[in-house]
Amino acid sequence: MHDITVVDLSRWQFAATALYHFLFVPLTLGLSFLLAAMETVYVSTGKPIYRQMAQFWGKLFMINFALGVATGLTMEFQFGTNWSFYSSFVGDIFGAPLAIEGLMAFFMESTFVGLMVFGWERLSRGQHLAVTWLVALGSNLSALWILIANSFMQDPRGAAFNPATMRMELNSLQQLIFNPDAQSKFVHTSIAGYVTAAIFVAGISAYYMLKRRHLDLAKRSFRMAALFGVLSTIGVITLGDALGFVAAQAQPTKLAAMEGLWKTEPGPMPFNLIAFPDQSLQQNKGAVQVPYLLSLLVTHSVDGSMPGFDTLQRTAEQRVRNGIPAVQALQALSKDPHDAQALAQFEAHRQDLGYGFLAQRYAPDLAELTPQQVQQAARDSIPPVAAVFWSFRFMVAFGLAMLAFFVLGVIYTLRNRVQDKRWFLIAAVWMIPIPFLANEVGWLVAELGRQPWTVFGVLPTWMSASTHSVGYMVFSLAGFVLLYTVFIVIEMALMVRAIRQGPPDSAAALPRAVLVEG
Amino acid sequence: MELYAILQIVWWLLLGVLLVGLAVMVGMDMGVGTILRWVGRNDVERRVALNIIGPHWDGNQVWFILGGGAVFAAFPLIYATAFSGFYVVMLLLLWAMIVRPLGFEYRGKIADAAWRNAWDWSLFVSGAVPMIVFGAAIGNLFHGVPFHFEWNLTSVYTGSFLALLNPFAILCGVLSLALSVMMGALTIMNGAEGAMRSRALGLACGGAIVAFVLFAIGGLWVNALDGYQLAAQPGAGVPQTPLQQTVTIAHGAWMANFTAHPVLWLVPAAGFLGMLGALLAALTGRSYVGWWLGALAWLGVIGSAGVALFPFLLPSSSDPSMSLTLWNASSSRLTLAWMLGFTVVFVPLVIWYTGWAFWVMRGKVTPESIEHDEHAY
Repeated sequence: MHDITVVDLSRWQFAATALYHFLFVPLTLGLSFLLAAMETVYVSTGKPIYRQMAQFWGKLFMINFALGVATGLTMEFQFGTNWSFYSSFVGDIFGAPLAIEGLMAFFMESTFVGLMVFGWERLSRGQHLAVTWLVALGSNLSALWILIANSFMQDPRGAAFNPATMRMELNSLQQLIFNPDAQSKFVHTSIAGYVTAAIFVAGISAYYMLKRRHLDLAKRSFRMAALFGVLSTIGVITLGDALGFVAAQAQPTKLAAMEGLWKTEPGPMPFNLIAFPDQSLQQNKGAVQVPYLLSLLVTHSVDGSMPGFDTLQRTAEQRVRNGIPAVQALQALSKDPHDAQALAQFEAHRQDLGYGFLAQRYAPDLAELTPQQVQQAARDSIPPVAAVFWSFRFMVAFGLAMLAFFVLGVIYTLRNRVQDKRWFLIAAVWMIPIPFLANEVGWLVAELGRQPWTVFGVLPTWMSASTHSVGYMVFSLAGFVLLYTVFIVIEMALMVRAIRQGPPDSAAALPRAVLVEG
Repeated sequence: MELYAILQIVWWLLLGVLLVGLAVMVGMDMGVGTILRWVGRNDVERRVALNIIGPHWDGNQVWFILGGGAVFAAFPLIYATAFSGFYVVMLLLLWAMIVRPLGFEYRGKIADAAWRNAWDWSLFVSGAVPMIVFGAAIGNLFHGVPFHFEWNLTSVYTGSFLALLNPFAILCGVLSLALSVMMGALTIMNGAEGAMRSRALGLACGGAIVAFVLFAIGGLWVNALDGYQLAAQPGAGVPQTPLQQTVTIAHGAWMANFTAHPVLWLVPAAGFLGMLGALLAALTGRSYVGWWLGALAWLGVIGSAGVALFPFLLPSSSDPSMSLTLWNASSSRLTLAWMLGFTVVFVPLVIWYTGWAFWVMRGKVTPESIEHDEHAY
């Protein structure tokens, strides 16, 4: 039986390690493409400044990459160490994309990253360019497979429960891969990585322009980053909207939490710009609303409607009642796999098995479940509304701020005026943390919004964890926090040091270029 | 034979291939990390050692990641039960391993003796600890691991951390470390010159001799252990759970497969031959040949463990009938088939471009060449 404290501590550990890992991944995704773009310009124009750019930003890339690799390792094994029931219950489906990621993407990225760093003198220009592109392709393919795996947790398609093996099993790889959630989430997340890299490069270039150092490299880097950034930000916002549309079909509870929608109302529905959701009273305090906007955003029509938590909870209660006989049938099948009556009972109720599990938290023997406990289980199907609601608003606000920043940046850089806009350069440096924060709150929207499920509607979080003692969990959580804190201090110090040092002095190497354009 | 049973056996073989790939490729880098302080007497020499594996360690490490992913995909119950059961050991392994990328990448960034010494020791820990854990984990399989399942296959581990450190497991851990030191030293011999090469020769020979002796002792020891036998089960290739079989324990049963099929003695023979051959090749200065013979030694050692345990993957000591075998712990037929398809396409491709990467970076690493190269570690 699961100890709920252990489940909570496991969740904290997963969130801590995943959020930490997700500080490094988006920058890798975007910066690898920017490196490839810079090197492409170098190879096609032959201008050495672009080689210098690729090498300088490549150095920062590697400092970041090392921690991405290191923290990714613990993520892969954490499913087994801390979420063992989850792993055995859906490993037949969830393990495949992880293994394919290693085989198809991670090998490519990691093998060629070695050649990218060490191969400048050993490879021809064309070969080295190809290697850099393969690193970018590898890291992005890696993201694709991870998000396919994640999307199974959001919208479990292509699988069914097999009572003979007591687990979920794959029945269509195509449905798993071409999950609509996976497609829009991959594009949204990887492009968010491009935005992250664009702000990173723009911000550091702005710092050089403020200091009047490495001007040629800084101006060229800023221009590439701004153009890349403005396109990417538009992409992120568009795909974010598509993702909301997909979520409306697959995860109505997540969407209702994002909008703070407690009651179902006929369209046109207003959008809660600001509100203070209260989970215990199931209502919002002090809402500031924009009429019509929610219908437009979510249903792409003026008078569309979506269910609020009152409706969703009533449905959940029905499903809990229906899930109870499904779990009871499984218990019988576990003792005797050939029990025909139990098999028939299971088949009749199998679509609500997960809701039976949800209720089992309150009574291991479901025959003893009280009506209040059934209601409580249905109430559990509502995610933590305030956290999702506010994470979503911060994500959107950060996205809009970055769009405004890049639009201005593109205008200034195309007029070759950016180096004179002191206020804008200072703002650019301050923008550097914004995409990282946006990525983190974006993760919270996706994963907190999925609660109380690890696999939406199929497997509740409370029963997914390993059966450890609280002591083990405190020990491991403390270990991770300690190690990761030391790591990030070292990483930041090395980043700052490398940025302060800058590229090998460009004024000496390229006096003419600086004189002409600086 | 039923297609599902064939797929299960193929995946059992592929699991072996992955473990050997992991042991050879990651093991050599970890061996270099383990012997770094001794094979290199000053900072320049240590940088030479790190730059020999510098362009490749990241790609090699993917064998470890892929190993984890493949067990998850092909044998989810093993992944879930073993990794949660070995919790503290897994954490030590992961914490040791995550320091490695930082050691490689960050060590050279600051030219300060204390900074570099600290990373040297972190590379020592992150080389030696994972190899010992890797060997000890396989060693523990022969004693069985104390776990059982609840009705819905929630796995419950009932042992302690210290129980995993029994004498036989420690022997396997040291064997694994010795082989990794041997491979690391052979790799240094391939890439370095002069005094470093002769120090590496000594370490390679030491590793080979220790491994040879421990593998022989381990073989005799396994002969005297209690082994597991499947007494009744639903059958190979039948979808099942570990709740539906009966397992008995018999003295010396881990040798049953060798007794039934004497041709299997070739597997441990390959292990001994590889170690002996690597020793002779190192002594006669043929370190490249020695490296390949070292890979053969790994194949022999891991293969011997697999043959002895077959069809068991994770025997349970507290409830032997709930032991995990390749018949009750593997993924569904469809998953195994799809995964095989991806493997057949991508593994040759990976081997091809890995070979190309080694070919591009071939040749000796010298102190002059690192000073000349601003990208060196």
